[in-house]
Amino acid sequence: MSEKEESIFTNPFLRWIDDRFPLSSLIKDHATEYYASKNFNIWYIFGVLSMVVLVIMILTGFFLTMNYKPSAKDAFDSVEYIMRSVEWGWLIRYMHSTGASFFFIVVYLHMFRAMLYGSYKKPRELIWILGMLLYFCLMAEAFFGYLLPWGNMSYWAGQVIVNLFGYIPFIGDTLTEWIRGDYFISDITLNRFFAFHVILLPLAIIGLVVAHILALHHVGSNNPDGIEIKEYKDESGKPIDGVAFHPFHTSKDLVWITVFLIVYFAAVFYAPEMGGLFLEVDNFEPADPLKTPEHIVPSWYFTPYYAILRAVPNAALGAVFLVLAVLLFVFLPWLDRCPVKSIRYRGWQYKLALYIFVISFLALGYLGMQPATGVYVLLARIFTITYFGFFLLMPFYTRYEKTKPVPERVVYKK
Amino acid sequence: MSKLDRRKFLSVATSVTSVIGGIFAITPFILSFQPSKKAKALGAAIKVDLSSLEVGSIIKVIYRGTPYYVVHRSEDMIERLKSSENDLRDPDSDLSVQPNFAKNELRSMKPKYLVVEGVCTHLGCAPIEKFSIAPADMGPDWNGGFYCPCHGSKFDLSGRVYSGVPAPSNLRVPPHRFENDSVLVVGENPGEADV
Repeated sequence: MSEKEESIFTNPFLRWIDDRFPLSSLIKDHATEYYASKNFNIWYIFGVLSMVVLVIMILTGFFLTMNYKPSAKDAFDSVEYIMRSVEWGWLIRYMHSTGASFFFIVVYLHMFRAMLYGSYKKPRELIWILGMLLYFCLMAEAFFGYLLPWGNMSYWAGQVIVNLFGYIPFIGDTLTEWIRGDYFISDITLNRFFAFHVILLPLAIIGLVVAHILALHHVGSNNPDGIEIKEYKDESGKPIDGVAFHPFHTSKDLVWITVFLIVYFAAVFYAPEMGGLFLEVDNFEPADPLKTPEHIVPSWYFTPYYAILRAVPNAALGAVFLVLAVLLFVFLPWLDRCPVKSIRYRGWQYKLALYIFVISFLALGYLGMQPATGVYVLLARIFTITYFGFFLLMPFYTRYEKTKPVPERVVYKK
Repeated sequence: MSKLDRRKFLSVATSVTSVIGGIFAITPFILSFQPSKKAKALGAAIKVDLSSLEVGSIIKVIYRGTPYYVVHRSEDMIERLKSSENDLRDPDSDLSVQPNFAKNELRSMKPKYLVVEGVCTHLGCAPIEKFSIAPADMGPDWNGGFYCPCHGSKFDLSGRVYSGVPAPSNLRVPPHRFENDSVLVVGENPGEADV
């Protein structure tokens, strides 16, 4: 370690390490001397919680692979074997399946926090983009994982999603064949989805999480007032409105992690199927290529996009809209022209638009679970328009926002 | 050539060579994703015995993991095809996939036998046969055909898609031929077997 930097340790062994590995400076940079605003509210816990879920998923997933068999012949039975015969297998499996849904719950709330307080705005555009890449990887991870139990809904949902690629002009058919490695969703497809699910995507997700956090710690965390706490520092150079991530934010986070785990385990123990939302009824029978379930519905966290897909009368165009609906998030930092970050000081336009967006997203989520008939299609079309309106009209309505004066220092109640 | 230019040239040459080498190196991995020889062998044509297929009924066979429907249409069923022609999106199968011999309103080689892929052209679900006329769930105008449970696409008894539903084209007719009156071969067009 360089002479300028002081070791935080007195223990000779840790000092020995410090001379050979930047342990002290890592701890300082990312914990004890990383200052985040004092006025964080409940919206600021979902980043930490998504890391907690990631750890749960990796650990439970690791134990599941010890008994799961990724072949069309054995997959369904091996999941049943885990549920019935493996000691505590049911708990590990339910933690993993419930964890998937909770992952999306905390990630959606984490994204909503960014939209509330303008966390995607300059200088945090890259944090937002890395976060969106994480979201895309998470969706891919969930999709690949969903095929693995080889239930009938797994099979048909996989069929529908893989066929979406068939709409790409010229290369569509070759591409779907290439993805499946066969002329249909088969043993070969299952085997490679397993490889993606347990190796490639988890590695990508871990790498992106590291990049996401490094970028965050480089520019500093936003806060509910949407102002830069780095602009007011005391003599020692630390932000006056900030407190060290450790021990202050970590001890607060521990309380919320406990609350989260209570809710999560309540679901794991008492409602692992969540009335068909977390585990679908159709998935309790093995995959059958001759028997399409009456209503093919993807997992709840995909249903808003699925509703958009079905709302568009033309299939190829529907696929385009689906991709756009997901991609548009990436461009938020540039679509939003208002200089004020936090919703506390923004005009009525963005507040109204955000209300409409949240209602549209939830409504589409509901409609995506309903059959595509009559009034459901009509409603899905209306909400598809409002969903896209939120993004595409943003450069216009945010430009003329009448904002409130933004405080110089963070505001927090005693 | 100055020393700096030489450096630059060597850097570019090294980079270009590495990129080309890299492309060669990843090619086997990308190609390994294609259907294997075994998958291709299992995808060879299959024979279907039609002798026990009664008039007005359907059999479903699996070929390449995909369901194929063979319907033995009655005279009455064929007659009814004409009545709903105006409600179809692609009545002449211009936008749809079928061998040339099936590009007609019956979409078949032999009028009584309809051979279609049981895969909705929207997103690949298996349409359900709804052969009865005006059943409660399909409404009074229903003339018999196929209904896709996923997103509500409707097809007539020739697998032709109705307008106003998500599926863009008619159910695909696979390559097929008749070995004799009661043996159907799915996966080969007439004449292909001789090749």
